[in-house]
Parts: sequence; structure tokens; C-alpha cells
Amino acid sequence: MTTPCLAIKNMTMAYGDFVIQKELDFTINRGDIFIIMGGSGCGKSTLLMHLIGLQRPAKGQVFYGADSLWEADINVRQRILNRTGVLFQSGALLSSMTLAENIALPLSQHTQLGAMRIRQIVSYKLALVGLAGFEDYYPSEISGGMQKRAGLARAMALDPEILYFDEPSAGLDPISAKLLDDLIRSLRDNLGSTIVMVTHELASIFAIGTNSVFLDSDTKTMIAQGSPKQLLAESTDPKVIRFLTRGIMEKNSPHKTNSQEHSKV
Amino acid sequence: MLIIPCEIKTAQKEATLEIAFAGDWVLDAHTPSLESLLAQINKGSSIKHVVFSTEALGHWDSLLMTDIIRIIDQGAYEGIDVDITTLPDGIQGLLSLVYAVPERLDAKRHDTKRRWLEVIGDGAISAVHEAGALLIFVGETVLSVGALIRGKARFRTIDLWINIQDCGPSAVPIITLISFLIGLILAFVGALQLALFGAQIYIADMVGLGMTREMGGFMAAIIMSGRTGAAFAAQLGTMQVNSEIDALKTMGFKPMEFLVLPRMLALILIMPMLCLYADLMGIIGGSLVTVGFFDVSFLEYFDRTAGAIHFKDLMVGVTKCSVFGVLIALSGCMRGMQCGRSASAVGKAATSAVVTCIVFIVMADSTMTLICNRLGI
Repeated sequence: MTTPCLAIKNMTMAYGDFVIQKELDFTINRGDIFIIMGGSGCGKSTLLMHLIGLQRPAKGQVFYGADSLWEADINVRQRILNRTGVLFQSGALLSSMTLAENIALPLSQHTQLGAMRIRQIVSYKLALVGLAGFEDYYPSEISGGMQKRAGLARAMALDPEILYFDEPSAGLDPISAKLLDDLIRSLRDNLGSTIVMVTHELASIFAIGTNSVFLDSDTKTMIAQGSPKQLLAESTDPKVIRFLTRGIMEKNSPHKTNSQEHSKV
Repeated sequence: MLIIPCEIKTAQKEATLEIAFAGDWVLDAHTPSLESLLAQINKGSSIKHVVFSTEALGHWDSLLMTDIIRIIDQGAYEGIDVDITTLPDGIQGLLSLVYAVPERLDAKRHDTKRRWLEVIGDGAISAVHEAGALLIFVGETVLSVGALIRGKARFRTIDLWINIQDCGPSAVPIITLISFLIGLILAFVGALQLALFGAQIYIADMVGLGMTREMGGFMAAIIMSGRTGAAFAAQLGTMQVNSEIDALKTMGFKPMEFLVLPRMLALILIMPMLCLYADLMGIIGGSLVTVGFFDVSFLEYFDRTAGAIHFKDLMVGVTKCSVFGVLIALSGCMRGMQCGRSASAVGKAATSAVVTCIVFIVMADSTMTLICNRLGI
């Protein structure tokens, strides 16, 4: 399964003159669970905005298959983006609509399905994320974790090929976060979609990540890529290792022995 | 991509019904109706098992899933065994996710038809609640004003200055324009009648008294309720949505003192000045019409105005306007503090703030005018 479905070519992201990240070059393959990681403020979420068509890169290209997202005209871009689904950090459900209306919105806009059919698909999507029976609730009436799952149901409404997640486990308890990870993985396995995730939750990164890119805020570019487990085992970059070990164990550094001594005491 | 039309074929072998899906089941495909198939799966029929066959199935997505779920649910309802083991792994995986969390039956909501008596009753009850909430809010405001007088109220002085800037100087352009035009209109309407008697000079009396006692303060209040009342409601409402008000409470601040007091003080301080300014603008507007069209000189006009307006007239207008200021701050802040926790709730809060402001202003104005009339002020 190594068909590339998304390629970023020599991309620079900037707000005005202020460069966030430069010389980004990587490929996301079909069926990957791709992790965008890095410390706070390094531009992870900004990168996501560039991938989902909310922000134009200062330089470089984003290729969906053979189509360049930012060189295509607006209709083509919309067609490309209809094949993607996004789960925002807070769920971003429209607060004036019920869960069912939220999920039905993209279905009624982009397909010709009848009302009955849409109702069935909405129920199915809610059941998939474990929210069967909550159709007529407003987002404000359910918990944060449920909002997140409902957001996922909306992101999946059109059976997207690529699903984007912005910090999916932020604000969830470890068990809910684990359940969400399992859900994401089984959706990938069963639907064959590609997952792109911005996260710094180490547990999720190692549990489900199959490929990743590490953004660094000092050098303003990507300093590592590959499967997270492999990065932990093989990377020689102290920044990457420190990130992946929560800063406790640096390879070949005095910290390591110190912490081990502490644990013995 | 060529889409192969989707089909369902059924074949019954003794007690087993085989359902074969064929073609591409993708969103927007024209799918065959399931009704006759579902009708076959019932207790009365000879069918005891249902199996699926997907050899000819092409692409599939949610559309196929919903149909399979309907068949499984129908089977479960009728007590007929539905075998899903022959379905592709992906579909089986999704089905296990769908049935992993059983449907919360208590979560389902049913729309019940409400009778008109019930609607009226609910309306009355919520009106009582509304009145109660208003009284509580007024009470809390009075308490925090009490705390202010005792010097115990806590808010940032800078907030007061920011609010004064927002309510005062920033509102001057719109107040100028509207009061000037109001004076102009008053003069025009009155002059046409008075000119019939050759009494043009009395336009000055009419505009002067009309502006100072009534229209100046009233128009300033209406403008401020749209401009500032709505802004207060939206600001406090958004703070409510972002849990900022909760944060203040946990830090030991009373929202009534920290948020409502500076806004109310700013309006109480600024409204009398805006009122006097509006009076002046109205009189200038009136003078332009009178001098321009009705053969009265500026000097005569202003002399007449000075003779007509007494200090008590100014005071009546300014007092009224201060009361309006309190009402605007009260209803704007109240709607903001009562705001729900969603984007649409903020919109509703701003709308109802303006409506409440205007209703209060008109009611208060009529009451005060009546009182002044009876007391002969």
C-alpha cells in the first residue's frame, strides 16, 4: 500500500513576512495514519490549514494525486476538498443545529440523496462513533468527548478518502483517547481511508502512527520523517528523541543516568 | 470512473434467503428499493436464515451500509437469523463498530404535539420566570452599587475608562447626525403650521422645549440602546460562551461588580452629557430651517430659545436621560449575562437586549412625562 495520495512539494508557509516553516517536502501514502508532530507553536496546525485549503502557501505546492490544490480553479479545488473530511480541535459543530442536522448538512449540499436516505446515513454515522440515539441533541447538550465524536461523524459524512484530525485526543481522558485511537484505526482499516493527524499525544503517536513528519520551530523546517517507532529507535537528532521521550531520556546524555538513579532511589 | 448500476437479487433455498448485492453502491447511485425485500423477512414467511453474497459487488460506501443495517435490524426485530460472515471484512468491521455501543433508547427524543392551552400556559410560566430573573438582576445590581458606595466593589478602573470612551466620544458622530436631523424635522413640521398664523418665531420655543425636555434625551437613548446595549449583550454573551465569566467567578470576582458596574457607571456618567449635546445639535438644526426658510434672524431665534428654555427643562431632560442610561446598561448586561452557550444564543441576546432597552425606555419615558405633567414641572 504505497500509492501516494498527497504530496507536499517544497512548501513555505508564512504570515506576511513571518516565515512559519520552509522547505517542506513529504508524501502521504494511501492508507497511512500520518502524524504531524512538533513542539507547541511550530506550525502543525498551520500546516493542516494549508492542506485543507484554508490557507494558501507562500511558496510550493500541495498535490492531491495529480492535481495541485492551489493551482486548480475554485471548482476543482472544491471537488478535491469534498473528498476530504476535517475534525477540528473543538469539534466545530454548528451550535444552532442538532447533531443530525450537522451531519446531514454536507450530505444534503453535495449529494442528491432523499431525506429518508440521509436520515439513515446520519443514524449509521452516529452509530459508528458510538452515539446512536443522539440525533436530536444540540452540541451544547452533550459532553466534550461526545462533541468530538459527533464532529468525527460529520467529517465522515461524505465517505472521504482523506480524514484530517486536529489534536483529536486533546481534552479527552486517557480511556476515551484510547477508544478514539481504536476508532480511528478501525475506520482506516475498514474504509480504506487515509488519516492525517496533528497531535503531540505520545501514546497516540506510537499506538497508531504509521508515518510522520517532525516540524522544528528553531530551524523552521522539518527535521525528521518516518514511522514514529522507527524514529525513536533510529533518530540521532536530540530534539526528536527528546520529544518522543517526553524530555526524560536523552540518548547518551547524563540526564539518562540521573533519571535512572532517581528511579532506583 | 464508470459506475455499474447497483442491483439486489434474492434467491430462496428452502429456509434460507440469499441476498446478492451487485454493482457500485456509492453516494448518488440510484439504489433499488428495499421495501419488498424487507417485507419478505418476517415471522410469517418460511425464511429462517438470511445470508449475503457480494461476489458481484464493486465499490461501496455508506449507502450499502445503511441498507445492510436495515436488513439486520429487520431480521433482529422479526427474530430471523442474519448471517454477516460472508460479507467483506471491511463491512464486518464497520458493523461491529456500529453495534459496539447499543443505542441509548432513553436518549431518543419524541416530538409530542402541544395543545394551544399548553402553549399559553408555558408562555405564562416563562413570563413569570422572566420577570423573576429581571427582579433578581436588578436586586444584584442594587447590591453591587451598595458595595460600590461602601468602597468595596472590585473592578478595574481602566475598564471604566474604556467603557466611557466606547459610550461617549465614539458615539458623538452618530448622535450629532441624528439629533441635528431631528431638530431640522421638528422645525419643519412645526413651522408649516405656525407660519399659517404668522407665528414663525415660536418655532424656536417649540424646537427648544421639544429637544431639551423630550427628544434630545430620547433619541440619544434610542441610539445608545442600538449601539451600546447590543454591544454589552454581545460582549458579555461571548464571555459566557468562552467560560470567561466562570473563570472570573473562580478567581473570586463578582461578575456583577467586575463586568456590569463599569458599564453601568460609564453610561450613567456619559448619558447626561450626550443628552445636552444632542439638545444643542437639535437646536442648531432647527435654527437652520427657521433662518433659512421662514424669515427669522439667528439672533432672534437664539434669543427666543434662551427665553423659552428654563433650567428645570434642561434638568428634566437630563434626568430622564440618566434613567435611560441605567435602563440601557441594565437590559444590555442582563441579556448578556443570561446568554446561552452557543453562537446563536449570542445573536438572540443582542436582539433581545435592543428590544428590552427600547421597551423600557418608552415605558419609562411615558411614566416620567406623566409625573412631570401632574407635578407641573
